[in-house]
Amino acid sequence: MKRVLHYVIFYGALLGLWTLLAQLKIWPPYLFPSPWGVAEALYAGFQDHTYWIAIRVSMQRVLIGYGISVVLGMILGLGVASNKFLEETMGGMLVSLQSLPSICWWPLALLWFGLNQNAILFVVIMGSLLSVTLAMEDGRKQMPRIFGMAGRNLGAKGFKLFCYVLLPASLPFIVSGLKQGWAFAWRSLITAEMLYLSLGLGQVLMMGRDLNDMSAVIAVMLLIIAIGYIVDGVVFKGMERHLQNKWGLMPAA
Amino acid sequence: MSAGMQNVPTQLPEPLRPVRFGSTSGTVSQISAARPISAGSSEIPKVSLSEICLSYRTQSGQRLLALDHINLDVNAGEFLCVVGPSGCGKSTLLHLIAGLHPQTSGQVFLDGKPVQGPGPDRIMIFQEHGLFPWLTVRQNVEFGMKMKGISKAEREEQTRYYLRLVHLAKFENSYIHQLSGGMRQRVAIARALATEPDVLLMDEPFAALDAQTRDLLHDELERIWSETGRTIIFVTHNVREAVRLGDRVVLLTFRPGRVKSEFPVELPRPRHLEDPEVARAARRILEELRDEINRSLEAEYNVGVKPRIEPGVEA
Repeated sequence: MKRVLHYVIFYGALLGLWTLLAQLKIWPPYLFPSPWGVAEALYAGFQDHTYWIAIRVSMQRVLIGYGISVVLGMILGLGVASNKFLEETMGGMLVSLQSLPSICWWPLALLWFGLNQNAILFVVIMGSLLSVTLAMEDGRKQMPRIFGMAGRNLGAKGFKLFCYVLLPASLPFIVSGLKQGWAFAWRSLITAEMLYLSLGLGQVLMMGRDLNDMSAVIAVMLLIIAIGYIVDGVVFKGMERHLQNKWGLMPAA
Repeated sequence: MSAGMQNVPTQLPEPLRPVRFGSTSGTVSQISAARPISAGSSEIPKVSLSEICLSYRTQSGQRLLALDHINLDVNAGEFLCVVGPSGCGKSTLLHLIAGLHPQTSGQVFLDGKPVQGPGPDRIMIFQEHGLFPWLTVRQNVEFGMKMKGISKAEREEQTRYYLRLVHLAKFENSYIHQLSGGMRQRVAIARALATEPDVLLMDEPFAALDAQTRDLLHDELERIWSETGRTIIFVTHNVREAVRLGDRVVLLTFRPGRVKSEFPVELPRPRHLEDPEVARAARRILEELRDEINRSLEAEYNVGVKPRIEPGVEA
């Protein structure tokens, strides 16, 4: 209850300040839109279905890209964690690659895939693959060895051992990495969409800029934040709660 | 013999059922009272260790002989206890029998056949944390059967049977973290038995429990053992527990681990931890063990820290 009050006070103050600054008209409205201008832009965008379509297209892309990242990253991470040679060689390379912003892959992606959806997917995958891989590698190492031993002892091996023992056993240790991977995937997608104009939220944002409509720009920014936040709050928080119910106190990750 | 072992334990043919509780006679000196009938010397032992050696490389790079020419036979249906000071390699010995870890030289035999890797015929029960926290009690017990590819209906029936055997039927849908330490170890026992193993390998399974719970579990384990006729190899550092449970107690030396001596325990069952006979037999073993404990303590004091053995780091 107290928390809700804190939220109301904070966001009320923020909105008040924004309204005040807009009312003072220090900057012209096309540079500094008012809250109701943004609200109107949001309403109009949903009314003419522009935003619905953009959200659908963007979500589709991010789900495909992130999905591929998760599958590839888990395989890669497990390989790196369980093979000494890979750990020594590829492990270091992956960490160093993480300092590369995913959009740096854009020129290569354009050459390899052409100016289309696949180039965007490639950037999204490159953006999130590393965090998933590193998280999986780390999770596999942190996971108590005894689970693997118990699993093998009870007759699980190969693919079954991975699916029924190693993967569920490492889940509490990789969930934060999966979350980070999602955040990276979402950011990479919006960046790529801003460069390549073909539907999607990034494109709608750039459209606002081209029309000099800052209300629309801020409206889309709010949408991007909201979607990222909702996925985090619903999907990943739900997953964490689910794990907590099963494991009890989470092992220190 | 092995065909009988595959059956549901209640249907074991009569000759396989170990004779217990003084059905012939209950006097202290009676040797046969606690011995399974099938443990005749002419038969192939259930588990046989032949010239087992294991050496590790420690983190500082030196070679360390952990197990040194271990020779040991365990008869079918026997309850064997292995005692020794901490660091003598008694847990490692179980890992070798389970096939979870390769020995440096020597061979483990099961029914006369060399052991290659892990198998559901030899199931380990760990001291702690061996259960899967992401599965319910029922799913844990089912796990081994699922890996074997046993049908769902049969799995459910078996699981119900074994959960009743350890008095946990009411908790089948609980998660592991919701159970007490004693209940967890009973789940571990049910999970192990559900794969119908020939041999149960128990690695200090009750060491982390309080005394009352341990007492109860001793009774339960003895009952389950006499009902199912499994072979049990039970590792502990608690000599009295070993005498309480075992048909025979094997004492290992400290680093390198060798078989120092064997003590047949010919006391009638059921026994109790507080029985004077149990205490007397334990004292005898403890005297021999004391030298080894002193050596292990000396090593600790001299080195400051015992060289840490990292399982899995082969020499």
